[in-house]
Amino acid sequence: MKIAVIGLGSVGRGVLETLAGKNIGLSVTGIADSKSGYIDPSGIDIKKVLMQKKKTGRCGDAGVTAMDVVREADYDILVEVSPTNATDGEPALSYMKTAIKRKKHVVTSNKGPIALAYKELKALAKKKGVALRHEATVAGAVPVFHTVEQGLAGNDIRAVFGVLNGTCNYILTRMAEEGLTYEQALLEAREMGYAEADPTYDVKGIDAAIKLVILANTIWGNGVTLDDVDRTGIDRLTPEAIRLAEEGDCTIRLIAEADKSSGLLRVSPRIIRKNHPLVVEGSLNAISIETDLAKEITLIGKGAGSIETASAIIGDLLFIAERYGRRP
Amino acid sequence: MKLEMKDSPGQLVAALRPISDVGGNIIAVIHQREPGSHDGLLNVQIVLDLPERRLDELVGLLQKEGVHIQRIGRERLLYRRTVIMIGHLMHTDLSDTIDRIDSTGFAEVSELAMSMPAISERSSSRLTIKSVTKEDMERAIEILRSVSQEKDLLLIEPLEEMA
Repeated sequence: MKIAVIGLGSVGRGVLETLAGKNIGLSVTGIADSKSGYIDPSGIDIKKVLMQKKKTGRCGDAGVTAMDVVREADYDILVEVSPTNATDGEPALSYMKTAIKRKKHVVTSNKGPIALAYKELKALAKKKGVALRHEATVAGAVPVFHTVEQGLAGNDIRAVFGVLNGTCNYILTRMAEEGLTYEQALLEAREMGYAEADPTYDVKGIDAAIKLVILANTIWGNGVTLDDVDRTGIDRLTPEAIRLAEEGDCTIRLIAEADKSSGLLRVSPRIIRKNHPLVVEGSLNAISIETDLAKEITLIGKGAGSIETASAIIGDLLFIAERYGRRP
Repeated sequence: MKLEMKDSPGQLVAALRPISDVGGNIIAVIHQREPGSHDGLLNVQIVLDLPERRLDELVGLLQKEGVHIQRIGRERLLYRRTVIMIGHLMHTDLSDTIDRIDSTGFAEVSELAMSMPAISERSSSRLTIKSVTKEDMERAIEILRSVSQEKDLLLIEPLEEMA
């Protein structure tokens, strides 16, 4: 099958590097970053484009926009991995809608549009007979949606608990291990490249809440939004509080929680047993799923990273190729 | 526990049956009819051994039998939940915070640990709350949530029930 890739940040590059390094039967016919685009129906030389991007900061022609690639390139699956916009999901949301209207499948790591418009996008995709997959939006490499939709098919998912933000988990781990203050641990997270210059989005629990909204919408189709999440961040935590928790063989972690029957959606620091499966170290992510048949299943893995997130995208691409396409 | 029931035939047996139903072991039954009492009620004291966490069930069964529980002895509060509160705990009247729970009559703060790094800095505390039933515990936690909001404290709740 043919794919077009929109966005050449860390995730986009990870996807292209993987495609260049592994023969998995997908050819790239369109590529775009924020400044340029490139279309070649006979298949793009990925290594050449990556090299050019590294040298010039552009992947293609300045006269070709991302929307041109979405509208005109000859592809079966759009890989939308441009930077996320949590406010209105744009421009990625328009790219996705345009592609779906062209009866193209969409695979994305973009949280904004999925959190804001999942129901609408899913309905549109259904109408056009194409797939919309977004494994990479939650917990990076961890295949939570494959697990829920395929592996746990037929189960009634009752609740989901997750450690969904690697930055917060890193900060809390370091506060617990070394007795660092929140400010010291945040500084360290920045130096390690785990935290942005403006950490608000992570430490106030907004990122985790967006992922929780995506989980709830995907699993239950309940159309909840970010405003429905009861949210408390980790920025007021003290090392003393963690020590008090540790005296009872517990620790404190930022837990995202969604419950089907009560409709509860909550992101908050919680006291949790140290030997609880959700207590993972460093920047790892973990998700526990509670179901009627399988009971409890916990997945743990890398929540971020270029190649790690590409893994989730490749998984979605091959899922679509197997279900809808003929593998060349 | 001290029970009060109708003084009619079969009542005492009806009150004792639930105890064995929940796996309890009756150690002693003391009942005395007070000479002056004409209210048709019988007071009974029962000393018993109960498996852990079965008291709620027993309380429910006894209530169904129309038995009024006047008092449950030493181990009367069985649900425990530990929370952590962070903020200006002393300046926002910690004893009032605790009293909001203790004054409910259905829950109480049974343990308190505090850490105060410096006068002007926020302090951290760990509170263990006990209650008779799970519903009472939820009500107590709800009170703490609203107190925390009112006093600008950060309340950290446990993810799961801990014994």
